[in-house]
Amino acid sequence: MSAVSDVSSHARRHARWRGSEIAFWILVLACGFLFPSRYLIMTEVLRLGLFALSLDLILGYAGIVSLGHAAFFGVGAYCAGLLALHGIVTEPVAALLVAGLVAAAVGFLTSFLVIRGADLTRLMVTLGIALLLEALAERFSDVTGGSDGLQGIEMQPILGLFAFDMFGKAGFFYSLVVLFVLFLLARRIVHSPFGLSLRAIRNNPLRASAIGIPINRRLIAVYTLSAFYAGIAGALSTQTMALASLDVFSFERSADLMLVLVIGGTGYLYGGLIGALVFKMLQEFFSSLTPQYWQFWIGLVLVVIVLIGRQRLHRWALWIPNLIIRQLSGRKAVIAIPEGEAP
Amino acid sequence: MRTKFSLLQAVAGVALGVVALAPAQAQESVKIGLILPMTGGQASTGKQIDNAIKLYMQQNGDSVAGRKIEVILKDDAAVPDNTKRLAQELIVNDKVNFIAGFGVTPAALAAAPLATEAKIPEIVMAAGTSIITERSPYIVRTSFTLAQSSTIIGDWAVKNGIKKVATLTSDYAPGNDALKFFKEHFAAGGGEIVEEVKVPLANPDFAPFLQRMKDSKPDAMFVFVPAGQGGNFMKQYAERGLDKAGIKVIGPGDVMDDDVLNGMGDAALGTVTAHLYSAAHPSQMNKDFVAAYKKAFSNRPGFMAVSGYDGIHLIYQALKKTGGKTDGDALIEAMKGMKWESPRGPISIDPETRDIVQNIYIRKVEKVDGELYNVEFQTFEAVKDAGKTKK
Repeated sequence: MSAVSDVSSHARRHARWRGSEIAFWILVLACGFLFPSRYLIMTEVLRLGLFALSLDLILGYAGIVSLGHAAFFGVGAYCAGLLALHGIVTEPVAALLVAGLVAAAVGFLTSFLVIRGADLTRLMVTLGIALLLEALAERFSDVTGGSDGLQGIEMQPILGLFAFDMFGKAGFFYSLVVLFVLFLLARRIVHSPFGLSLRAIRNNPLRASAIGIPINRRLIAVYTLSAFYAGIAGALSTQTMALASLDVFSFERSADLMLVLVIGGTGYLYGGLIGALVFKMLQEFFSSLTPQYWQFWIGLVLVVIVLIGRQRLHRWALWIPNLIIRQLSGRKAVIAIPEGEAP
Repeated sequence: MRTKFSLLQAVAGVALGVVALAPAQAQESVKIGLILPMTGGQASTGKQIDNAIKLYMQQNGDSVAGRKIEVILKDDAAVPDNTKRLAQELIVNDKVNFIAGFGVTPAALAAAPLATEAKIPEIVMAAGTSIITERSPYIVRTSFTLAQSSTIIGDWAVKNGIKKVATLTSDYAPGNDALKFFKEHFAAGGGEIVEEVKVPLANPDFAPFLQRMKDSKPDAMFVFVPAGQGGNFMKQYAERGLDKAGIKVIGPGDVMDDDVLNGMGDAALGTVTAHLYSAAHPSQMNKDFVAAYKKAFSNRPGFMAVSGYDGIHLIYQALKKTGGKTDGDALIEAMKGMKWESPRGPISIDPETRDIVQNIYIRKVEKVDGELYNVEFQTFEAVKDAGKTKK
């Protein structure tokens, strides 16, 4: 009895909102007003953040590695594009949901392949699924537009009220709201008993099954959920850009996503968001500095980050702020970094 | 400990963002947003155009009509999503007066609605699908259309005893254009297409298709692959022994791009293509251009380079005509009907379609001073885009 109450109180304590979290979202919202000329790149950061969140759900919480997450992104993207192009579902929010559900369905179907293997097998299977879908999209170019992309998408106003504008303002706030809502949902899920059971599976599948957790069903569920999130991210991309091209399925997209999580950290929901921000900023910074060789610098920075280690970087970044806090309110108030990898 | 989130971490991240975002303050210069594939499979196109523009600005100075010209180069890796975002940012943040470049058709199309909305000229320096200039009244093209060279090589083929042709084209808009126009003209003259193959644009492996070509025993094969892929194609063509089987390569000149031609080896000898430019074009202007380009970049200019060179020339001339005014409509008006002598020969901008009108040359690959060149032997003057003149 006491063990149960201990677990639940532990879970509840962790699920509580912290001041820093609220501050984070206020800051993100403020960005929307502070940098009105940078809506497009900020929208891209949000989209990548949502996409990273979706990978974190399976990688950080359930321990499923995937090199083909772009598959669901692509399904969502093309789905939203086709819905808008052929006027099937013209209202963006409804189309977003439909696209997410289609991606979830694909996720559900492929999850049976993914849960069968161990890590290396999973890498190969997920990669294979993404390549397969890319080839299919290229083959059926009369539907998808092939290498030319899905051209001529015209987006209707969101909820019939807010039209997408050239500067991307509507797109940004739309993406922000979608991200926030999905983030709340993800936060609720990972702190639920379901989320806790996922972590148990990640840490020790054998023990998890010994205490009665239906491992396969849980993994299928979270994989499907993750596909739903990725599909929404893809659909957002199509809707805000009014364009979908074969690139949505590309291996680079899946690989970049891994990098985002490497930078931001797995196993805590903000990792993907912060990783997306840092990654995009690095990319933007280097590619405007040297359009021809920016990939070299990105690579170098990534190697350095991995060599130094994220934890150490965080400690350096927080050294001065912590010093101040320590002076002000004593030792206990020091800001600590969540260790995603810790049990 | 686990889910505790640090505010300062977020602040650090955002601060990094702000540093990277701090926009360069605008001066009173004319800005050209140049969007090119500088990385990825189409990088050779981007590099050639970028080089040519640098060369032109070295030769002609970086100011025109009293205004300084500033080129802002961005890499889109030929991915239309990137193109669109970059074009949008260039227009909104950098307040560019022109957008230019566009390595592939999808990229040019993706930027078209932005050009229309912002009323600024979009100078297409590479992409070659007919429909591009119809997508916005602000698009002007200085490269070429596939229809221009494909119709001419189609006519030439029937007249020169080629009866059966197998086609191999990249499966995207320009490839389909090339195929369509070639087929029309070739079939009209009584030719027969014995095999039709479309290869994927990204990372194509030609080998399996080449075997099918060989088996169908055509007199020649009509090939379109985008600039840059020609080298790979010819290598596999020789490996499969198609040159020894007597199957000649014909097509629009993209496959025999000067940029990669010299590395193709003797298998390329005798290949006949129709195209807008050869580095061996025998005009004095071209000789100077090739020499200057080689000196600056130790490489031979290809047709992409000359398209970029003419593109920037067009911008300079249009600015001269408007007296440095950067009103989009006035610039487009100024560009319409403009005529000049380019390294490729005499060219002009069609006032109705804003597309390029140029000579198309039939060329044969020959060895000149130990190097492979497309040597021109027949000229079709002032060819318009067949994709539009028909309508």
